[in-house]
Amino acid sequence: MIPCKPNSQRLTLLTLLFCVFSTLNIVSAQDGKALFMSKCASCHALDKDLAGPKLRGILDAEPYGGDFAKLSHWVRNVNKLVATDKHYQDLKTKFGGSVMTEFSVDALPEKDLEAIIKYTSTPVATPTTPGGEGGTVEAPKGNNNGVIFGVIALILAIITLILMQVNSNLKKMSDDAEGIQRPDPVPFYRNKVYIALVVLLGFVGLGYFVSKGAIGLGNQKNYEPVQPIYYSHKVHAGINQINCLYCHGSAWDSKTAGIPSVNICMNCHKAVNEYTKGPKLYKENGEEINGTEEIAKLYKAAGFNPQSPATWDPSKATPIEWVKIHNLPDHVYFNHSQHVNAGKVQCQTCHGEITAMDEVKQVSELSMGWCVNCHRETKVNFNYDSTGNKFYSIYEKFHNDIKNKKLDSVTVKTIGGLECQKCHY
Amino acid sequence: MSNKYWQHFGEETNPEEAKKFTNDEFQEELPFEGFDDEKIIDAKAPRRDFLKYLGFSTAAATLAASCKTPVRKAVPYADKPSADIIPGEAKYYATTYVQDGDIVPVVAKVRDGRPIKIEGNDKCQWTGGGTSSRAQASVLDLYDTYRLRFPLKKSKEGKYSESSFEQMDKMIGDAIKTAGGTTVLLTSSIVSPSTKKLISEFPGLKHIQYDSVSYSGMLLANDACGFGKNIPAYDFGAAKVIVSLDADFLGTWLSPVEFAAAYAQQRKIDEKNPSMSKHYHFEGSLSMTGANADERFTHKPSEAATVALALLNAVNGTDASGLSAAVNAGIKKAAADLLAHKGEALVVSGSNDKNVQVIVNAINNTIGAFGTTINWSAPVNYRQGIDGDLAQLITDMEAGTVGTLLIHGANPAYTWYDADKFKAALKKVKVTVSFGERMDETTALCEYVIPNHHFLESWGDAERTKGSVSFIQPTIYPLFKTRPYQTSLLLWSGKTTNYEDYLKTYWTGVLGSEDAFHAALQDGVKEDATAAKGAGSYNGGAVAAATTAVNGYPKSTGDELVLYQKVSIGTGSQAGNPWLQELPDPVSKATWDNYAMISTAKAKELGINYTGNDYNYYPEKPTIKITVGNKELVLPVLVFPGINANTIAVAVGYGRSKSFGRASAGVGKNAYPFASFNETVSYFATGAKVANQHKSYKIAQMQKHNSYEDRKEVVRETTLASFKAMPMVLPDYSEELQNAFYQNANHDYRANATLFPDPNTRSHEIKWGMTVDMNSCTGCNACVVACHAENNVPVVGKREVMRFHDMHWLRIDRYFITDEKNPDNLKGVVFQPMMCQHCDNAPCENVCPVAATNHSSEGLNQMTYNRCIGTRYCANNCPYKVRRFNWADYTGADSFKHNQDQQIVGKLDDVVFQMNDDLTRMVLNPDVTVRSRGVIEKCSFCVQRLQAAKLTAKKENRVLGGNDAKTACQTACPTHAIVFGNSHDKTSDVAMVRANNKQRRFDVLESLHVLPNVTYLAKVRNTEEKDAKWEKEGANYEYIKAHESHEGKSEHETKEGH
Repeated sequence: MIPCKPNSQRLTLLTLLFCVFSTLNIVSAQDGKALFMSKCASCHALDKDLAGPKLRGILDAEPYGGDFAKLSHWVRNVNKLVATDKHYQDLKTKFGGSVMTEFSVDALPEKDLEAIIKYTSTPVATPTTPGGEGGTVEAPKGNNNGVIFGVIALILAIITLILMQVNSNLKKMSDDAEGIQRPDPVPFYRNKVYIALVVLLGFVGLGYFVSKGAIGLGNQKNYEPVQPIYYSHKVHAGINQINCLYCHGSAWDSKTAGIPSVNICMNCHKAVNEYTKGPKLYKENGEEINGTEEIAKLYKAAGFNPQSPATWDPSKATPIEWVKIHNLPDHVYFNHSQHVNAGKVQCQTCHGEITAMDEVKQVSELSMGWCVNCHRETKVNFNYDSTGNKFYSIYEKFHNDIKNKKLDSVTVKTIGGLECQKCHY
Repeated sequence: MSNKYWQHFGEETNPEEAKKFTNDEFQEELPFEGFDDEKIIDAKAPRRDFLKYLGFSTAAATLAASCKTPVRKAVPYADKPSADIIPGEAKYYATTYVQDGDIVPVVAKVRDGRPIKIEGNDKCQWTGGGTSSRAQASVLDLYDTYRLRFPLKKSKEGKYSESSFEQMDKMIGDAIKTAGGTTVLLTSSIVSPSTKKLISEFPGLKHIQYDSVSYSGMLLANDACGFGKNIPAYDFGAAKVIVSLDADFLGTWLSPVEFAAAYAQQRKIDEKNPSMSKHYHFEGSLSMTGANADERFTHKPSEAATVALALLNAVNGTDASGLSAAVNAGIKKAAADLLAHKGEALVVSGSNDKNVQVIVNAINNTIGAFGTTINWSAPVNYRQGIDGDLAQLITDMEAGTVGTLLIHGANPAYTWYDADKFKAALKKVKVTVSFGERMDETTALCEYVIPNHHFLESWGDAERTKGSVSFIQPTIYPLFKTRPYQTSLLLWSGKTTNYEDYLKTYWTGVLGSEDAFHAALQDGVKEDATAAKGAGSYNGGAVAAATTAVNGYPKSTGDELVLYQKVSIGTGSQAGNPWLQELPDPVSKATWDNYAMISTAKAKELGINYTGNDYNYYPEKPTIKITVGNKELVLPVLVFPGINANTIAVAVGYGRSKSFGRASAGVGKNAYPFASFNETVSYFATGAKVANQHKSYKIAQMQKHNSYEDRKEVVRETTLASFKAMPMVLPDYSEELQNAFYQNANHDYRANATLFPDPNTRSHEIKWGMTVDMNSCTGCNACVVACHAENNVPVVGKREVMRFHDMHWLRIDRYFITDEKNPDNLKGVVFQPMMCQHCDNAPCENVCPVAATNHSSEGLNQMTYNRCIGTRYCANNCPYKVRRFNWADYTGADSFKHNQDQQIVGKLDDVVFQMNDDLTRMVLNPDVTVRSRGVIEKCSFCVQRLQAAKLTAKKENRVLGGNDAKTACQTACPTHAIVFGNSHDKTSDVAMVRANNKQRRFDVLESLHVLPNVTYLAKVRNTEEKDAKWEKEGANYEYIKAHESHEGKSEHETKEGH
């Protein structure tokens, strides 16, 4: 997985074609992978024992021998079977006494389980060809029209100036030829009109930059600090598809999204102790990162010795001092759960394509104008009797207006989302 | 005779001057010290300096603007404790506020590991979820920088050195062994049954309980009457007639939160059948409870015994005599009322005289109070100290028979009447150990100090009565190297367990299982609801002797000094708390001091011009010297109506040592030495001499800070008789106003008589509203402290209060009701909680040049600090004067460090810096902006709680309940006088209270048509008196008067003028 080179257009085309042809075949496999990642991946891997046994080919292994019903029976009756069945009791002892979470049919429908098992049944993939997975379409470089227009304007202005100078010279020459006496021409740098113009332009320009700078004070868009551990969101949330809320769970419940504590990292990294298969990682300056060493930094903070995992004492861990990227002023109240849980806003809406970022940077301005704009445009799901929140049922007037076609849709603004004390108190 | 409502004497006697002063809201000079015309260049802040400051601030602003944004760290948990601890989400833990025998079951709000707010525990039946100002403020004590941080050992030279617990245990263990003599544990009243058990298991330990303000008279009297040394449970909720003989049961007596909750049940009026309890009050000074009474009579403090005896005689059919005519008549009336309500009547006495309490028991027996309003089946544990025990201990100490003295909670070096004797005796004790949380006066004399945990860090239990227990569980890991005193006692008595395990074992045993204990801990309280009331076994044998004794009391002539407790400071154990120090006293409205309360008659006698401008408008108050025997005290005076002519009242709890607390150092003077001891401690002194010192002392009093510019329809109040006769006065007035404003066919007053869009169409679904029942508000100030804690309201210090810069978002205005002709004839006092009224037609909103204050669709008047530029136009235009300007950087929130260094306008008080300490700032609520200098702030209806309530409803996918959101003042209130909710929801409490109380409902200054979202319910006093103003002129009296004078009817004005 070498980073794609700009000239690999042929490859890209091929990849695209491949994708188009294979889409129909891999739908369920993809579902299975996604489901596996969200439901199982915190404890299981395909080819390696983590907190639970490896799962590749589990259906054909003992004791199932290809009997899906038997496997399903286990998933639905973990607590019962682990108490009675010797096989499971042995597994329990093997994995340090921890028992798998039981999944009811509501939590994991039968067809989802089927998809997961199908995914675990896929054979070990042959090594991918270079660029195979990295061959994503390179975003076309944005044609910066502004620059072109600017250059054209500059050229035109120079031409105008030259022509003006030529014109005045010609005039002077014709005047000389005709013997008309004129006062000595004033050089342009002493021309009052020019001076006034320059001063005026300077004032306006400077004022523009000063006010823009003042408004942007504290605005940290594109802030991308170096973190104590090179943690790649692309690897975790992108390639491995770990749900955002797995680590940032408090975004669902609380004001703050929260940064995972060391023990949450260690849930997976007790088993994942090296970085070998993912794409190569680079710092901004091009320096290559050794992923395994970064994991070792985590182990250091956790006080974890990969050689003797059983001796780990989580209470001895020291916290990692991450650099905070998204900062709001003290006079702003922002609540993640309001947006993520109640408002069903995607994390990416504000944080950008986090799944494609190695080191995270601030994508949005986080300025008041930016907040307010979103509140103006975002529609509230008012169908409280079906998909929307029942809380909105009290807005009788708006419901009537929608019914009578007076109102198209309700935005956050309509229900008071632009009022000062929604965020400032 | 018409009644008049007024706040201070100047307004009463000199209305023209008063008007002049109210026109200048801030009467101070411009803040240029030493600035006069002649020596302008020599002045402290001349023009050049001004330019310098200007230049500096411009440069500083530029610098600050070009500074780099700091790198902020985000440090997560290393090992997250459990799944239900979510950063940013508050957790609530039931615990109990216990202080000197006071028990208030509370719930501590813990945010990210630190307790930041105290709420009442709704599960508790006896308080009904109420709190007191001291319980509310206790969370700040946790973060006090003056708490002791580790065990200390004092050397011979008096120097302290830090020590470890192990070393201390060894040293003290050895010392106790070698000291010989008896080992005595001196504590305040212990309400913890497990602690009592472990004390009883300490071999050879003698336990003595001592209360700073004692109830031994009552304990001994009850013993003499056959009830044992106990205090019964009083049920004010069952009493239709209450006679209080100088018992401040709503403010400071025994268990005010419990009593206020029960008292208020009988004070809420059902409109369909208006009735309420009748409260007679006999006292010398003017207490908060007295201020709430329906009929009040004053007598000298020494006459309390005579009054009690006269009342006993009166209920037995003999007329009272030997007292002033008014008091005699009062006793007769009260007695008749008591007899008419046998079984529904209650007499309480605040006296610490055993004989008086025996007589009170006899009265209660006659009126059938035992078993009805007084419950003897389960006596309360609030106070257990017997004064004689301490006196005996001091004698023993002097004799040298006490080898070791362990002290917890008691502070006799400060509170004992003869503290010097105690101090001298303490020197003769070989081993002295204090478990003091702070270096109080007694702890400072002890050799070993092992600081106790704050209650928010502790395990424990508090038993109100047998069977009703409230539990204490820690809400934070101990901040300092402190240890529960129980653990020390356990270790020293040879056990190896700590108190936490001891407590668990104890309660697991009592409750049957560990699960039951955990359930009880979670609820916080465990009550036996089925227990029947008991009458006890009354034995009247002691009455005759008590009567004889009282008859033999010498008649005192001349002036008398009475000691009282302030609602905020109490006995002084929390005096180091800045919130409590800055809390205005309900009656005097004074902060940061104690003072002598005197009557108008005494003021005249001393030549104090209490009606003059100097007294009424400036903080300088004349000082007097009080002499009793060989003790002297110089104090400033405050003059009040309705105080007995010969009574001088001084609050205890002041004049603390420097080491006790940063906020209390140098505040007020200690009045405890004026108490005296004769079997029990007596808190008044006869034969007092007072002399005007002709000097002055500044007192920061808030009563006149907020002027209504002579607008009168602020307080609505009448008598029960007049209310019954004319119940429609207020609704009629309202309708009249509406007609005057908008005479149109549809009469939609709210919608049409305004420039703004119709407030009703502006908010459709949620409209926050509050209703305050002035009949159940007792003025206790719990709400004011709750508001401080919830909203990060800054403490400004005495000097800033004197300059009208106090920041309370919620104030309780106090109005005296007197005859129009006789301002000394106090008929009653009205307490009116006043906060932002959230007007729908808000006058503040349309004068703000930057729209920093505007209206929300939910009826809130929003204040946006980050937009405010500090013009203060809004404060000027606010008719209620509830907007506060942040004059100095009180909270240390400014970007510029030196904003707190007020070189030009005067230094800020030390307490401001105390509140800015990193430790103290841990109490701040992270959901509320900490305001910086130069902005207006005000009550927000606790908008952070409203938003949280809405979010919770959304997360739970349900409709918002009408009562889901509760404001801090509402939850703090012990009487539920404040009701809040979504007024558009017909099922909400606030909508129901408004609908059910149409006759008492009024808006303050309704004639201004500002349409407030806070409405009030008028106060009704339970007297037969005819309120002439109410009945003849109705409520629109002031309105008519104002209009007539506008139309030039000067004749009417002259007649009404003074």
